[in-house]
Amino acid sequence: MKSLEAVNEFVIKFANVNGTGSASANNLFAKALFRMGLPVSPKNIFPSNIQGLPTWYEVRVSEKGYLGRRGGVDIMVSVNPQSMPQDIKEVEPGGYFIYDDTKPLDLRLIRNDVNIIGLPLTRICNEQYSDPRQRQLFKNVIYVGALAALLDMDFAVITQLVGDQFKGKEKLVLPNIHALELGHQYVKSNLDCPIGITVRTSDQVGEKILLDGNTALGLGAIYGGATVAAWYPITPSTSVVDAYEKYAKRLRIDPGTGSRNYAIVQAEDELAAMGMVIGASWNGARAFTATSGPGLSLMSEFLGLAYFAEIPTVLFDVQRAGPSTGMPTRTQQSDVLSAAYASHGDTKQVLLFPSTPKECFDMGAASFDLAERLQTPIILMTDLDLGMNDNMSEPLHWDDDRKYDRGKVLSADDLDRIERYGRYLDVDGDAICYRTYPGTHPEKGAFFTRGTSRDEYAVYTERGEEYEKNMHRLMAKWETIKQYVPKPQVIRSKQKTDTALLYYGTSEESSREAMDYLAEDGIHVNAMRVRAFPFNDEVEAFLHEHERVFIIEQNRDAQLRTLLMAEFELGPDKLKSVLCFDGTPISARNIRKQILLQMPGYNVTPLRRERVVGNGE
Amino acid sequence: MSYQVPKFRHPELPRNELGYTRADYEGSVSTLCAGCGHDSISGSIVRACHELSLEPHKIAKLSGIGCSSKSPTYFLGKSHGFNSVHGRMPSVVTGAAMANRDLLYLGVSGDGDTASIGMGQFTHAIRRNLNMVYIVMNNGCYGLTKGQDSATADEGSASKKGDPNPFGAIDLPGLALQLGATFVARSFSGDKEQLVPLIKAAMTHRGFALIDVVSPCVTFNNNTASTKSYEFVREHAAATGTVDFVPMREEITTSYPPGQSQEVTMHDGSVLHLHKVSEELDPFDRSSALLALERYRSSGQILTGLIYMDKDSRDLHEVLETSRRPLNTLVEEDLCPGDKVLQNINASLR
Repeated sequence: MKSLEAVNEFVIKFANVNGTGSASANNLFAKALFRMGLPVSPKNIFPSNIQGLPTWYEVRVSEKGYLGRRGGVDIMVSVNPQSMPQDIKEVEPGGYFIYDDTKPLDLRLIRNDVNIIGLPLTRICNEQYSDPRQRQLFKNVIYVGALAALLDMDFAVITQLVGDQFKGKEKLVLPNIHALELGHQYVKSNLDCPIGITVRTSDQVGEKILLDGNTALGLGAIYGGATVAAWYPITPSTSVVDAYEKYAKRLRIDPGTGSRNYAIVQAEDELAAMGMVIGASWNGARAFTATSGPGLSLMSEFLGLAYFAEIPTVLFDVQRAGPSTGMPTRTQQSDVLSAAYASHGDTKQVLLFPSTPKECFDMGAASFDLAERLQTPIILMTDLDLGMNDNMSEPLHWDDDRKYDRGKVLSADDLDRIERYGRYLDVDGDAICYRTYPGTHPEKGAFFTRGTSRDEYAVYTERGEEYEKNMHRLMAKWETIKQYVPKPQVIRSKQKTDTALLYYGTSEESSREAMDYLAEDGIHVNAMRVRAFPFNDEVEAFLHEHERVFIIEQNRDAQLRTLLMAEFELGPDKLKSVLCFDGTPISARNIRKQILLQMPGYNVTPLRRERVVGNGE
Repeated sequence: MSYQVPKFRHPELPRNELGYTRADYEGSVSTLCAGCGHDSISGSIVRACHELSLEPHKIAKLSGIGCSSKSPTYFLGKSHGFNSVHGRMPSVVTGAAMANRDLLYLGVSGDGDTASIGMGQFTHAIRRNLNMVYIVMNNGCYGLTKGQDSATADEGSASKKGDPNPFGAIDLPGLALQLGATFVARSFSGDKEQLVPLIKAAMTHRGFALIDVVSPCVTFNNNTASTKSYEFVREHAAATGTVDFVPMREEITTSYPPGQSQEVTMHDGSVLHLHKVSEELDPFDRSSALLALERYRSSGQILTGLIYMDKDSRDLHEVLETSRRPLNTLVEEDLCPGDKVLQNINASLR
């Protein structure tokens, strides 16, 4: 058997039982590698459950800087007998299967093409600890210590990290370091180490940080000046408001009075959450909510009101696998169409697609400027993969000279200077009209906000031509919006090509890695990352420039492709689909395979050795 | 279409402390049916706001959908209004109130808007003790869709269509009491002498103030077999007592016989006088209020007037400990922690 050999390039997956504290230990492992200067991409694949069901944690380590899912597993750390049969099948030939050999491995599971490494985790724990919870928790830390020896990691980095993570809880430091040493020592004394896959200190991290997208969004809302957060708990968006609250408690307390410069209301449902955001925004505060697919469905009614009555609204949609409850703890990009056209009647909603935590922060903060400038809902579309996993990211930055763009709002003095105020009067010719906040002026500027038709002075009317005029103005505003939303990013191949990739959000990293694979296959492509809807003019030009464009996305129905076809009236000959919707992040190998299958002149048999394996492949 | 009311008024209309006449509190001409109870309630709102010398632009009027919810167009033309979504007015008010605690929030809803489609939001606004006045224009039917029974229609009551309602009614004051509402009243659109002081008291109360106003639908539900008709309500209404509201700035001139009246000082210093209060009801005791409601209901009578009030009510802002300064007045310096703090956060993420 030929064992896999690699330095600083591999995929390791941990198979654990939910609720046993494994995620913190696995995170410790990933962060230690990050501190060794290695780009890492940890992904928590967890069940909708508090305790007992199988859970996985996959870490991509790549000195080359690939942060997406590659596909396949080089090292499997199997700590959960429930999922062992599936887990051992996933290991690449020549890979490593590490398991708890306190009990012998089921002979039927043994694979001859995989290195099988036993660690007596349960036995060590039973000898060392009497408390059942300690046995459970430290088992995880012990295998991290063992891995340090197997992979030849810098042990001092891990012990230092333990010290940092338990800052303020010092009495936990020594027991954790002891557990790490137990694993480390066992391997050093009993096993051949290191194995064929090793890590070496590198310098590929620089100033980068390790942060989840939801925390970045919560921080974006703090920096963007949001004062009202209304929300209803739903995975995977809950940690957005958790993060907002955590930082608000630190950064938003009035120094003089100790009172809070923010209000968080946990609503009775997502309908109410959106109503609160609209009410607060109507009244001149910056407000937001965070939700996921089922919440977006409930909010659709209100999104129509906000679109039609032109009320700034900020919604962070952390997408998960639908429809209905779907797979609530698995990732997808499947709310694109329902968000883009949210609500009954003719509606078009502004969408933003961040790809990294830094972009979550930047676009999260910018959402408030955009919503107030454009007077319409801004729906930021992230997903579970970006939102709940630690992602390596450029550091966050804020320009201290930056002023919030509060949009077109009239003050009492402004109102005194105009003869007659019309809320829906297009004074500037950009189809964006002037707002007034309630309470501004004793005599002027009051108007009635309504979801029913009205004229330019906000007076109720059922005259068809007034209604039509207003709907035309909203389409003219849609054109204005294109100039404000983030532009796409383009990567040009050094070779001339008529083929391109187009992707958005969390498909970015895997798509870029797939481009390198395709280049090895002799296929050169240009690439565009779309960052917003409405699509900027650059998107249309890019599509026209190529003969075929592969639209890469994580849903069944090719939703962004549908949107592109509808907006630009393009046909299926030009726009091809690359899809992944099994609930795990799309992998680079998967993208490559799907593209090869659709390229003219390429045999359906992949050119590189490929084995169809489980999750996400 | 809405029509503006002609601006011409008698030159000697009485002016309040702010120099406003009642006309300054009016809105567009109503498009509701002639004789609609809702228009009388609008009139009472106008009178209450005028007599309280409220600045019209410091009031925000919000509603859901339905005949009742159209009515905010017909009063307080100088106030911002928001005709939101069916049954969802409470959430919009919640957000608005969080943004600016210095406005007075007047929510107007109907029985369909509150007791059916909006039941969830209604109950949670009560539970949070949102600082607002919530007026239900309660006619027991859906007017705009031509007279279907609503959830507040009494069992056996029949609208113009003639079929007796087979389901029991949801009693909004009773429900509100159970949910912990801090101000609960019921009135009748045809009794301005009772309704106006109740609206004033509700506007001065800090917290959620419900006034359920029986307001007959002259077109679909004012027939003899209906329990929400003018005639039926006049015959079956029993008042808890008379309420006099004396604003903070005014001297108390009326004298009340001792033993028959109770005085309540509101948080802004206004005084509420309750007199000829029934022996059976202590309006400052929740269980007494619940008992009285049930007793009148089972005897076929409609209890009106102030039913319950919590003098020590704490509203949502107090619970959330939000800044005294309205959140919508805060600027970058108050809100944005700046790059230095962000660099420290970055450092903690390496």
